[in-house]
Amino acid sequence: MLSREPAGTEPARSSRKDSLKAAPIIALIGNPNAGKSSLFNQLTGLRQKTGNFPGVTVDKKSGTCLLDAQTEATVIDLPGVYSIYPKSPDEQIVTDILANPAHPDYPDVAVVVVDSSNIRRNLLLFTQITDLGVPVVLALNMLDVAHQQHQEINAVKLAMRLGVPVVRVNARTGEGLGLLKKAVTGQLRQPTLPERLFFDPAQDIAGLIDDTKARYGLTNNYLALQYIIQHDGFSFLDRGQRVGLDELIEKHQFVETEFQAKETIQRYQRIAAVVTQAVTDSRPLNQPTWSQKMDRILMHPVGGYIFFTLILLLIFQAIFAWAQPFMDAIDEGVAYLSGALKDSLPAGAFTNLLTDGILAGIGGVLVFIPQIAALFLLISILEESGYMSRVMILMDRIMRRFGLNGRSVVPLISGVACAVPAIMATRSIGTRRERLITIMVTPLMSCSARLPIYTILIALVVPEQRVLGFLNVQGLALMGLYLLGLVAALLAAWVFKKLLHVNERSFFIMELPTFKMPRWNHVGLTVWESVRAFVWEAGRVIIAISIILWVLASYGPGDSLDQAEAKARQQYAGQPDAAIESHVASERLEASYAGRFGHMIEPAIKPLGYDWKIGIALLSSFAAREVFVGTMATIYSIGGSDAEDEATIRQRLQAERNPETGGVMYTPALAYSLLVFYVFAMMCMSTIATTYRETKEWKWPAIQLLYMTGLAYMSAFAVYQLFR
Amino acid sequence: MSKRSVADLKIGERATIKSFNDQWMSLKLLEMGCLPGAEVCLHCKAPLGDPICLNVSGYCLSMRKSEAATILVE
Repeated sequence: MLSREPAGTEPARSSRKDSLKAAPIIALIGNPNAGKSSLFNQLTGLRQKTGNFPGVTVDKKSGTCLLDAQTEATVIDLPGVYSIYPKSPDEQIVTDILANPAHPDYPDVAVVVVDSSNIRRNLLLFTQITDLGVPVVLALNMLDVAHQQHQEINAVKLAMRLGVPVVRVNARTGEGLGLLKKAVTGQLRQPTLPERLFFDPAQDIAGLIDDTKARYGLTNNYLALQYIIQHDGFSFLDRGQRVGLDELIEKHQFVETEFQAKETIQRYQRIAAVVTQAVTDSRPLNQPTWSQKMDRILMHPVGGYIFFTLILLLIFQAIFAWAQPFMDAIDEGVAYLSGALKDSLPAGAFTNLLTDGILAGIGGVLVFIPQIAALFLLISILEESGYMSRVMILMDRIMRRFGLNGRSVVPLISGVACAVPAIMATRSIGTRRERLITIMVTPLMSCSARLPIYTILIALVVPEQRVLGFLNVQGLALMGLYLLGLVAALLAAWVFKKLLHVNERSFFIMELPTFKMPRWNHVGLTVWESVRAFVWEAGRVIIAISIILWVLASYGPGDSLDQAEAKARQQYAGQPDAAIESHVASERLEASYAGRFGHMIEPAIKPLGYDWKIGIALLSSFAAREVFVGTMATIYSIGGSDAEDEATIRQRLQAERNPETGGVMYTPALAYSLLVFYVFAMMCMSTIATTYRETKEWKWPAIQLLYMTGLAYMSAFAVYQLFR
Repeated sequence: MSKRSVADLKIGERATIKSFNDQWMSLKLLEMGCLPGAEVCLHCKAPLGDPICLNVSGYCLSMRKSEAATILVE
């Protein structure tokens, strides 16, 4: 039987026929690469913000847009999907909203953005959205690309055949925006819906659909089908409702996959009928586009890997060489500010907290901005241009061996800057097991917070000379550490693959976008967002730790600090003032709470070659490894003007004597042991928090912390014992 | 040669999709426009021959060789 009801007849919608709702919600929906984000930026300009959808961690991009003089609408940019059936965690949200009219983000109008050069596949999603009963405006984007490929689309015919308003837009230039707003306003005032569903499940399974509609108070046949097929993923249904649906499925002996395949085929048949009338396609066959010719080079068995290696070298060069002047400038700026504050404020505990605690902490965060910005600038250019998809294909075969996916490449590369955005980037990985493994191993990639530690320790024990005339040995050592992290990540992934037995199939079906010129405003926005997230998310933790550490290092039980100071002044009396002050500072530190903690853990870290001073640095950097250099600076009582001056720390470390042997404290064995420890150790609260947020179980961050710390401890032990 | 699949195609070779031998995988492939009766053309292969890139209904789709093997062609 054919359902004659209009697709959208929920009672909630009929009340606002004539007057516009005060703050209507407009959702942008479309395939990935259809130009949805460009359109979002055109509509909202800079009036946009990133938040979270209630109850889930998927980023929600929303903004406001003036539809006409009176109406300001909220525009929500939903993740790009190919169909209403989600394939990865970030796609789930689209279905979750559209199948639930009670959702706070349920749209009053959905703008479905389509890539006109690929209209058949793009219309599949459109027909599903329309069938759910949402008033839709179809935005035909990328008509210029379609035109280049000799396809012409008749928007009027398309609108007639589809039964919804169709607007021609150019999301890159903003053409057609006025018409789009008008069409949206029209749909808000008086929704035009197609007369019948593009695919009506009641034609085949009327009994099941009717039962579901009656039991859950639904009016829309296709929505009822979504309840039946997808109820396990619907967060708005409670357990009882899900069980009820399972019973209905059982009763009617409904076979899900078979039916879903039939749905897709029937939808494509309807779409083909529409497209033959509204689209003229005179595309010559057999003519490769320039994009395809590029692929022949970039995916070449040899050339492809050479090009990818060059790109990686470029990224490393940007992070380590080009970002350096900016980092130095930030460093000097913070040091200058700290000095100026010390000079102008009255000396005392508050000034010390402000300069040595808070300002040093803020400086420790700000200094990483150039590296993070450089990395995300390059990554976003690679993504925008379409090259990143090629990298995923190049790497999939290798990644698969280790239980990862071609899509794991982006998180692993991003991990070189910071594991937090890298772990969030795993959302595009569709299979839970591969996503989990990627999350678990990403923190093994050496992030930018480890770089200052590497730099100091390498400078300490690796001679500054060249081999073969041009290769800097210190640079090679640095590269070795990064490779060590990468190899460890791959091996850990392999172990997880062997341990995690999930009955879940992996797949790698992915659209290969054509090469495009990056949209520079998008690149800018991505860089800005990642820098902002880092400063805000990681920054809060680092500053908090800096303050706590300062307090612990500045105070001790009772008057033990003053006693230690008096003792030191007595012992070193007669030495120059500066020397006395430095001894005083170090004696006070030893007597402080931090010093006591250091002594407490000394037995545990002794086998690795560390003493209580390094113990403090280890403990304090467990929350954020960025803190290490600052702590070392404090501990080795440089104090005073410039806590971040690495040359001075280096001289101090070189001068440090081992009280037991009388020789230098920082032997190569100790430095290598520390280096290896920092390559492997999980020392970052923000990462732990992110892993929890993304896996929704405390088990995973706990495992991550344990295995990485265990690996770090054992490797550092082995290294120290081997080289001592 | 009735069991030929997309995985057996050579670069530049065309074929018409006949059916699928894996229902779960076919759902994803169908949504991406790999429909019975549609013409496909092997565009390129990653080094080591896996994954592959396929031209289908006017765009390029990449998939693993094992996934391509579930698409039977005429």
